[in-house]
Amino acid sequence: MSKAKGAIVVDKEKCKGCEVCITACPHQVIGMTSTVNAKGYRVASMVLPEACTGCTNCALVCPDGVISVYRLKAASVA
Amino acid sequence: MESIDVSMDINEIIKPENLVYKKSSLFEEKPFSYCPGCGHGTIQRTLMEVVEEMGITEDVVGVAPVGCSVTMYEFLDIDMLQAPHGRAAAAATGLKRVLPDKYVFSYQGDGDFAAIGTGESIHTCNRGENILVIFVNNGIYGMTGGQMAPTSLINMKTSTTPYGRKQEQMGSPLKITELIAQLPGTYYVSRHAVHTPAGVRKLKKAIIKSFELQKENKGLCFIEVVSNCNSGWKMTPVKSNQWMEENMFPFYPLGDIKVDGKLVK
Ligand SMILES: Cc1ncc(C[n+]2csc(CCOP(=O)(O)OP(=O)(O)O)c2C)c(N)n1
Ligand code: SF4
Ligand code: SF4
Ligand code: SF4
Ligand SMILES: [Mg+2]
Repeated sequence: MSKAKGAIVVDKEKCKGCEVCITACPHQVIGMTSTVNAKGYRVASMVLPEACTGCTNCALVCPDGVISVYRLKAASVA
Repeated sequence: MESIDVSMDINEIIKPENLVYKKSSLFEEKPFSYCPGCGHGTIQRTLMEVVEEMGITEDVVGVAPVGCSVTMYEFLDIDMLQAPHGRAAAAATGLKRVLPDKYVFSYQGDGDFAAIGTGESIHTCNRGENILVIFVNNGIYGMTGGQMAPTSLINMKTSTTPYGRKQEQMGSPLKITELIAQLPGTYYVSRHAVHTPAGVRKLKKAIIKSFELQKENKGLCFIEVVSNCNSGWKMTPVKSNQWMEENMFPFYPLGDIKVDGKLVK
């Protein structure tokens, strides 16, 4: 099994469930929760965490800036 | 609160020393009022990243428009004015002239810049004021319920063109960016989009370039961002971005239009 090089943290209460981040992720890491936050939005979360490279693509297109991205120092984003 | 379902692997990654992206600290606690997936958020988020990274937080003053971004100053921790509808470029002119050492920008929608403010917009560009205009073209009046804008495409359905915009009756979509690029006062004119990571990176570079040029008093820098209005277009955010690629980009092609005072397109 491949080992994750990156990870994202979503500020669940501020996510608006727009799914724009899903389209931007080259590795299908992100999906939507079946439960909703206090605003009534389904929330982005990692459904394939082992595939995350920490490339920041998802965070760059998130209109609300609710994604933080972490990447292991030695890892490349390829 | 920030939390995700974590495995051991991920716990080893989510540590402060591995942080490679978080939103700019120039966001206020108050969340954006924009609809889910709206480009206004992405553009303003990117702008704040530039301001923070260039270290010019105390030296930048913006002018907010009328439109969905009318209260943008409530979300962004920088100095801002808010101008009457369409007059942001004129207000920015005044600001820059009394505060020539500040980095001044106006942020305007297509209804704001290209309809009600056309006079102020064109003359500000023609005077070559040393400001940055960020022009957000979503082809519609988003805030007021999706009426036709000068930039609405032919056959585009809006609340005031329920059968689609007809050229014979409503004229052609206005390429105001190409128009102002003809004026000697504009120095750098470029068209962007923020629905892809590559697009966001390019916009960021364009904003940095514009502020650097402003410091050299080169003239007016103009950045159009072709953006979505999923509420007005009545689509999901993801669908609206696809629609934008298929319909807006052929008419409003992305890229530089004027560089170093010379037309390149
Ligand atoms: C003088 C004046 N006329 C009309 C309005 C009503 N009005 C508010 S926003 C708007 C259009 C905004 O469209 P746009 O500039 O494209 O911004 P968007 O919401 O699409 O970002 C209009 C006509 C107003 N507020 N003031
Ligand atoms: S950081 Fe890159 S790989 Fe990881 S979820 Fe975001 S877009 Fe996908
Ligand atoms: S882009 Fe941002 S707001 Fe939209 S679903 Fe993803 S994390 Fe949530
Ligand atoms: S109405 Fe349109 S432009 Fe306004 S916030 Fe909603 S999606 Fe964005
Ligand atoms: Mg508009």
